[in-house]
Amino acid sequence: MNLTDLSAAELAARLAEGEVSSVDATRASLERISAVDDSINAFLHVDPDGALATARDVDERRAAGEELGPLAGVPIAVKDIIATKGLPTTCGSKILEGWVPPYDATVVARIRAAGMPIVGKTNMDEFAMGSSTEHSAYGPTRNPWDTDRVPGGSGGGSAAAVAARQVPIAIGTDTGGSIRQPSALTGTVGVKPTYGGVSRYGLVAMASSLDQAGPVSRSVLDAALLHEVIAGHDPMDSTSIDRRVPDVVAAARRGDVSGMRIGIVKELGGEGFQPGVEARFGDVVELLTKAGADVVEVSCPHVEHALAAYYLIMPSEVSSNLAKFDAMRYGLRVAPDGVDAPSAEQVMAATRDAGFGDEVKRRIILGTYALSSGYYDAYYGSAQKVRTLISRDFAAAFEQADVLISPTAPTTAFKFGDMMGDPLAMYLNDVATLPANLAGLPGLSVPSGLADEDGLPAAVQVLAPATADDRLYNVGVAIERMLQEKWGGPLLAGDPEREVRA
Amino acid sequence: MTAATMVSFEEALTRFDPVLGLEVHVELNTVSKMFCGCSTTFGAEPNTQVCPVCLGLPGALPVVNRTAVESAMRIGLALNCEIAEWCRFARKNYFYPDMPKNFQTSQYDEPICFEGWTEVAVDGETYRIDIERAHMEEDTGKTLHVGGATGRIHGADHSLVDYNRAGIPLIEIVTKPIEGAGDKAPEVARAYVAHLRELVLGLGVSDVRMEQGSLRCDVNLSLRPDAEAALGTRTETKNVNSLRSVERAVRFEVGRQAGVLDAGERVVQETRHWHEDTGVTTSGREKSDADDYRYFPEPDLVPIAPSREWVEELRAELPEPPAERRARLQQEWGYSDLDMRDVVGAGALDLVAETIAAGAAPQAARKWWLSELARRANEQDVDLAELAITPAQVAEIQALVDAGRVNDKLARQVFDGVLAGEGSPEEVVSARGLEVVSDEGALGEAVDRAIEANPDVADKIRGGKHAAAGALIGAVMKEMRGQADAGRVRELILEKLT
Repeated sequence: MNLTDLSAAELAARLAEGEVSSVDATRASLERISAVDDSINAFLHVDPDGALATARDVDERRAAGEELGPLAGVPIAVKDIIATKGLPTTCGSKILEGWVPPYDATVVARIRAAGMPIVGKTNMDEFAMGSSTEHSAYGPTRNPWDTDRVPGGSGGGSAAAVAARQVPIAIGTDTGGSIRQPSALTGTVGVKPTYGGVSRYGLVAMASSLDQAGPVSRSVLDAALLHEVIAGHDPMDSTSIDRRVPDVVAAARRGDVSGMRIGIVKELGGEGFQPGVEARFGDVVELLTKAGADVVEVSCPHVEHALAAYYLIMPSEVSSNLAKFDAMRYGLRVAPDGVDAPSAEQVMAATRDAGFGDEVKRRIILGTYALSSGYYDAYYGSAQKVRTLISRDFAAAFEQADVLISPTAPTTAFKFGDMMGDPLAMYLNDVATLPANLAGLPGLSVPSGLADEDGLPAAVQVLAPATADDRLYNVGVAIERMLQEKWGGPLLAGDPEREVRA
Repeated sequence: MTAATMVSFEEALTRFDPVLGLEVHVELNTVSKMFCGCSTTFGAEPNTQVCPVCLGLPGALPVVNRTAVESAMRIGLALNCEIAEWCRFARKNYFYPDMPKNFQTSQYDEPICFEGWTEVAVDGETYRIDIERAHMEEDTGKTLHVGGATGRIHGADHSLVDYNRAGIPLIEIVTKPIEGAGDKAPEVARAYVAHLRELVLGLGVSDVRMEQGSLRCDVNLSLRPDAEAALGTRTETKNVNSLRSVERAVRFEVGRQAGVLDAGERVVQETRHWHEDTGVTTSGREKSDADDYRYFPEPDLVPIAPSREWVEELRAELPEPPAERRARLQQEWGYSDLDMRDVVGAGALDLVAETIAAGAAPQAARKWWLSELARRANEQDVDLAELAITPAQVAEIQALVDAGRVNDKLARQVFDGVLAGEGSPEEVVSARGLEVVSDEGALGEAVDRAIEANPDVADKIRGGKHAAAGALIGAVMKEMRGQADAGRVRELILEKLT
């Protein structure tokens, strides 16, 4: 039995039965990382000692008969934008190289409390800015399906780590699609919970009003199990929702769509979407109809402005959130060349110049401009109005449908460098995912098969009204089951990643 | 700007009409900071009262302190402000070395309190001050420049930053332009700040210690040719930290700006620094249109929507306004204007009120606090309220005097004992044996001894010179260690000699 082939739920079951120990599972994960990460580069930091210590502790507690959570002992990886006490947190940036937070993010604290060994921190586009993980200051992550291709971004590290079976499950963050789009490109399951459903405390902010942490896994049930661990009210985050988390695990075991109204968002498809991606989406629509769902087309007319609004609001918040990286208290500090006694401002400028990559600088400048007096109303103010209109569009659409579906990303994984010279083309890769962030809606991406033209994974996205995250899992698992029946097993069972070796 | 072009205040007022604008920052005395649970104790070791939130560490998030919101509303209500039904925080983005996030979380276009007013009296005349807004914000840290002679950054070889103060809740109270004060502008400015201090103190939401910076005033001032003209260009003199300085700063800026205008120059819109020692302001940062804080609504905090029930509850709990309370007490106590001014000036109003409430006569209460106790406080260099004696104990001592059990001289010894921690007034009296001797036999014998020892004095009294009795009374009191009723002693002497 290969422990790294097991899903989180399967592994958890064997741990509960005492068939395997958490130390064995964690070791298997660490060994797999050693074996394949040179060719994937999914991890920025690996913490064998910390992970094995947690594993041993869980094993002892289990042996002592202690009641443990459903995922106790299951190894996990965490995106490097999330603060981990005693473990480096760099956000894929040089400016935070070597920074070790003195505190845990709430998500991390909950993972620790659930007894899950954290094997390491995953690679990402610098400060979560990008859709390919090529913007990491520590080198790009490679897609296990084809190492010449990107794994998506910004959570390419988390998605690739799960796809390459380095860990059964991981945490990502999603500001415009950074969990769902890389999941789509790597054939994994990714969920962005309702905004406020999972605490943001300890997530290094990219765009505060859009950021959301969530699970990446190889099955819908695994995502639900992790969702349950990390979700729930946190008094440390004032935007955290103070109400009961819907029973996502029960929903992920149900998978019954008969009689459900499922809306296809007209504006999230068509032009710009790869034919193979559209074809796999068509398969899913067909299966859902067969399963008794009432599939209808809905229109969200303002969604066509979502990309423009997003690329004003997000950089505006970025410009403010990243101002704290001033070389004064932590992270990098660079002395300017040829200056004898540099001022604080000169040190700050030199540090930011050396510490931030091009994409980060681009967005800081864009956001600073958009918030400037005289431009605020035209840019930030208008974008906020569009955001309101998009929320209303979705509210109206949810009058007609219980959930909405679309392809997750317009294309399959593209090759390295293909879009690096054209930021706007890169931004288009989030076109289907980012409307949910603007509206605070939960979204799930589940693999829909391989595109005919390139044999790479495509995916379908399910959106639900805020706080109705359970609907995602019910519909997601229904799609997953129907497709697996059609394919004869999970998509990842036949993936070429198995051949990836160090 | 040199002093040579200064114009005297009086002369300036003949040609210009001053318009004031006052921004007062009040540091709230909440137990924890504005957006985190860190302690706010003043004077703690540097960087001992900090956490990821107030240090602005990556990932940390703010959460609003409910008590601070309540304090802000109480201040607003005391200033007759409207309380917003819905308001929120904004980010004010600018770089400053002691500001951990490099933006200040403040309220911008949606303050919690707005459109208020209050009144101050100067020389019997009442001035209405309109309040533009009172909003919430957080304080910054503090930099210390080390190695230079002046403590300023210039010449220092390194700087230290203390973040204990970062995130302490502040309320900024901003007036509308105060017009029509004329030559009373400096006094009106001072009276307003003094009034705010008293009002905020009465609410119990701040220590309002200007010398510790828990109440700080920025003075805006502009001049115009006459009351009909448009407002002139203003300067903002920052962090004026005593009442006297508020008055002086206004006076100085009037003279300085008049000098600039007389020379045909324009007043530069800028912030200015106040120099306590020399009484002048100097140019600071030039404030221009380039000053762009890039405000936008703080996405990490949910808006604040205080319920109307909460607002009304707070309104109902407001203490009596200080001026009204003073007027009422003065009348109740029958104090003269001078008496009242002395009591207020000594910061003894509450102490005197409590002493009277504990049963002492108003004049007696005033007398003890302003004479005996003021002297002790002065000697110990503490506030009256910090003396080791309570108003109830003062009232108890006065009750002993009223009952004739001690006289004024003995009472002072009772104060000594209480202040020295020897116990309650009653305990001090019995432990020190201070009670007035009322044993007629013992008194008579003492009088007899005094007459015998001073025959010439006795003769004078016998001869009708009753005034000479004083010497004999002194002798008796000395023998009785002050523990005799001087009036009774006098009666006995006269009885025996006439």
